[in-house]
Amino acid sequence: MAYTLPDLPYAYDALEPSIDARTMEIHHTKHHQTYVDKVNAAVADSPLGEKPVDALISDLGAVPEAIRTAVRNNGGGHANHSLFWTVMGPGGGGQPTGALASAIDAELGGFEAFKDAFGNAAATRFGSGWAWLYLDSSGKLAVGSTANQDSPCMGASIAGIAGTPILGLDVWEHAYYLKYQNRRPEYISAFWNVVDWNAVAERFAQAQG
Amino acid sequence: MKHELPELPFAETALEPHISAETLQYHHGKHHAKYVATLNELLPGTELEGESLEEIIRRASGKLFNNAAQVWNHTFYWNCLSPRGGGQPDGPLTAVLEQQFGSFDQFQQQFNEAAKGLFGSGWTWLVQDASGKVSIQPMSNAGTPIRQGDTPLLTCDVWEHAYYIDYRNARPKYLTGFWNLVNWDFVAQQYQAAAPV
Repeated sequence: MAYTLPDLPYAYDALEPSIDARTMEIHHTKHHQTYVDKVNAAVADSPLGEKPVDALISDLGAVPEAIRTAVRNNGGGHANHSLFWTVMGPGGGGQPTGALASAIDAELGGFEAFKDAFGNAAATRFGSGWAWLYLDSSGKLAVGSTANQDSPCMGASIAGIAGTPILGLDVWEHAYYLKYQNRRPEYISAFWNVVDWNAVAERFAQAQG
Repeated sequence: MKHELPELPFAETALEPHISAETLQYHHGKHHAKYVATLNELLPGTELEGESLEEIIRRASGKLFNNAAQVWNHTFYWNCLSPRGGGQPDGPLTAVLEQQFGSFDQFQQQFNEAAKGLFGSGWTWLVQDASGKVSIQPMSNAGTPIRQGDTPLLTCDVWEHAYYIDYRNARPKYLTGFWNLVNWDFVAQQYQAAAPV
C-alpha cells in the first residue's frame, strides 16, 4: 500500500487572501506530491510502507540506514504537509477555546504570549523548516521549530525538539514566496487568520490520549 | 567599518530569460541587502567588529555567522553569473575538471545531482582545497567554503528564493538556466588564484 496525496479539505482559493490559491495549488500538487512520491520510492522494497506515515517517521531508528534520510525528509514532508492542510481552513482565525485555551494559558502564559513565541520561532528559523506547537514528552504544551522537514515526533536527537505536533507552520520559502516574497513576518501574521482552532483542539485531545 | 551591499555586476534585466529582473530585485535588493543590514546590526560591540568579512565567517557562530556568510556567498554568486556566460571553461580549469570528474559533462551532471539533492536551503559549491584538489560540495543554509579555509571556485544558490519566482518548484529547470549564465572567466580566475605554486 502506497502513501497517497490527501485531498485538501477546502478549495485552493479558500484561504484567500491570507494564502493565495496559486501558492496552495503548487504547494499541494507539486511540493506535497513530490514528498509522497519520494517516500513511496524510499520504502518500495520494505514492509515499512504499511505503517501510517506518522508512525513511520516517529521511529526512524527502525528504518534501515540506507533509506533513513530519504524517509526522514520525504516521510517528514508528507506528514508535515498533511497536518498543515488540516490545521487551516476558511473561517479560521480567532482564538482557541476549552481545554486547549486553558492549557495555553497555564503552560504558555496565555494566547498572546503563545502567539509571540510561535511567531518568533517561525521568523527565526534560518533556512527551511517549520514552527510548531506540540505536546512534549511530559505532556506539556511547548513551542519550537525544526529544520527542513523534521518533526517533533522524530525525537530530540533528530529534530532538536521532541513531542507530538498539534499545530505547524511551514516556513519553507515555497510556502509564501509567490505572495510575500522575502516578507516572512507578513505571512506569519496572515497565518493566524486561517488557523482552524477546532482542528488544533482535536489534535490536542488526541495527543493527550 | 560598515559592510556594504555591492552593486550587481550586471543590469537587473541582464540575465533574462534565465533569471528574471524581478527575481534579482528581490534577491539582491531585499535578501542580500537584509543580510548586510543584519550583519551591521549584529557586529557593534562584538570582538569581530572591524574584522574582515572572511575573518568574521571563520570565527563567528549562530546568527552572526549566518548573516556574514550569506553576505559573502551572495556577492560571490553574482560574480559567478554573467549575461555573456555559459558554455565551457578553457585553460587549466578544463583540464582539472576533466581529470577530476572524467569530462566537463560529467562534472556538470555531478554538480546538478548535488544541487538537486541538497534538501532544504543552501548552496552547491565547486571548491579547491589546500592540496589543489577540486570537489563539489553541497552546503546547507549559509554554508560556505570560507569557513574551512577552502577556495570557492563556483557556487549555485539553491535557496528557493533564488528561483521560485521564475521556476516555482522546478529546481532542475533553474539549474539549466544557471549553466547558461556561468561566468567561466571569473571561475577560472579563482582557480588560478588558488593553484598551488
